[in-house]
Amino acid sequence: MPAAKPHKPNLDHPTLKLVKEKFPDTKFKATEYRGQTSLIVAPQDFHEVMRFLRDDERCAYDFLSECFGIDYLNYPAPQPGRFAVVYNLVNTKTADRFFVKVYVDPSLPTDGIEKDPALVIDSVCDLWPSAEWPEREVFDMFGIRFNDHPDMRRILTWEEYPGHPLRKDYPLRGRGEREHFKIVDRSDA
Amino acid sequence: MGLEAAITAEGFMTTQLKRVINWGRRSSLWPMPFATACCGIELMATASSRYDLARFGAEVMRFSPRQADLMIVAGRISIKTMPVLQRIYQQMAEPKWVISMGACASTGGVFDTYAVVQGCDQFLPVDVYVPGCPPRPEQLIEGVMAIQRIIDEDGIPPKGPDGKRIPLGIALQPKRQPVPQPMPLTLN
Repeated sequence: MPAAKPHKPNLDHPTLKLVKEKFPDTKFKATEYRGQTSLIVAPQDFHEVMRFLRDDERCAYDFLSECFGIDYLNYPAPQPGRFAVVYNLVNTKTADRFFVKVYVDPSLPTDGIEKDPALVIDSVCDLWPSAEWPEREVFDMFGIRFNDHPDMRRILTWEEYPGHPLRKDYPLRGRGEREHFKIVDRSDA
Repeated sequence: MGLEAAITAEGFMTTQLKRVINWGRRSSLWPMPFATACCGIELMATASSRYDLARFGAEVMRFSPRQADLMIVAGRISIKTMPVLQRIYQQMAEPKWVISMGACASTGGVFDTYAVVQGCDQFLPVDVYVPGCPPRPEQLIEGVMAIQRIIDEDGIPPKGPDGKRIPLGIALQPKRQPVPQPMPLTLN
């Protein structure tokens, strides 16, 4: 079987050109796969770019379809960082879809839950209010915190949960969370 | 019940108090459906007209634990649900029984992850396990009938140390051969 040809991204999404024009001095990366274009933004430029994507009438991404995190630990292909947060933007008039990706690298060991100053991204809740719960989920599952988020709490697990379970170095069977309950017997009713 | 033949013309009958109380309890089980997953669908099917759990006196599903005496744990129990389940069990009035319905409630099933309790019997006293994924309604009815047999054996007051009920440890022996499926089609 012949080796598969490396995929050559086709960077013809009109939004890429607009972003490049608007931010000529900022470094971006971009990828494309099967018609879906992602723009990779550094964390410090992220909020400004998102505001442009929403407010510029040629982009007008008025709907944040979803936002989720990825842990690239032990990923076969090299990546710009360990964690990524992906925002999926939609223009509801033209049905255009555009992905924005932010990579962050942890500065502390990732088995704890203490606040890592390197794992912080600006929240986009002020641009799209629908980002509130997905960003809470990213925080809960990956430990990535969001600046200026109105309610930065865990959403699925409880406040004292001793881990961020979707990190790849979190053991699948947990660290005993499912075994530590009081035992109710018949005399305990 | 066939009782009429045994009752004299004056309407008196001699029996043990234990048998009367147990007869009343076994014939009016009020289940508390703790349905968290697809086993709950089979539980609904069991209670509905085709299988009709009412034939065994257990059709009054109570969503208040204060009014129920049989908890049916139907579905996987996550780590957030387990304290709730224990709380609800403690709120049920004595006497009370627990059925663990299906593979997930009894063992965690295929969900061997950090978030799923690997069997609610680790933290709750379970009387009857109904295997299956999910169990068929007939199996759940068999489980309810096993609870009725447990009640029949119960002493008044309960036989266990400290007056608490102890599990009987009976194993169900199927009384009939299962019919092969699909069944052959016979006419006339």
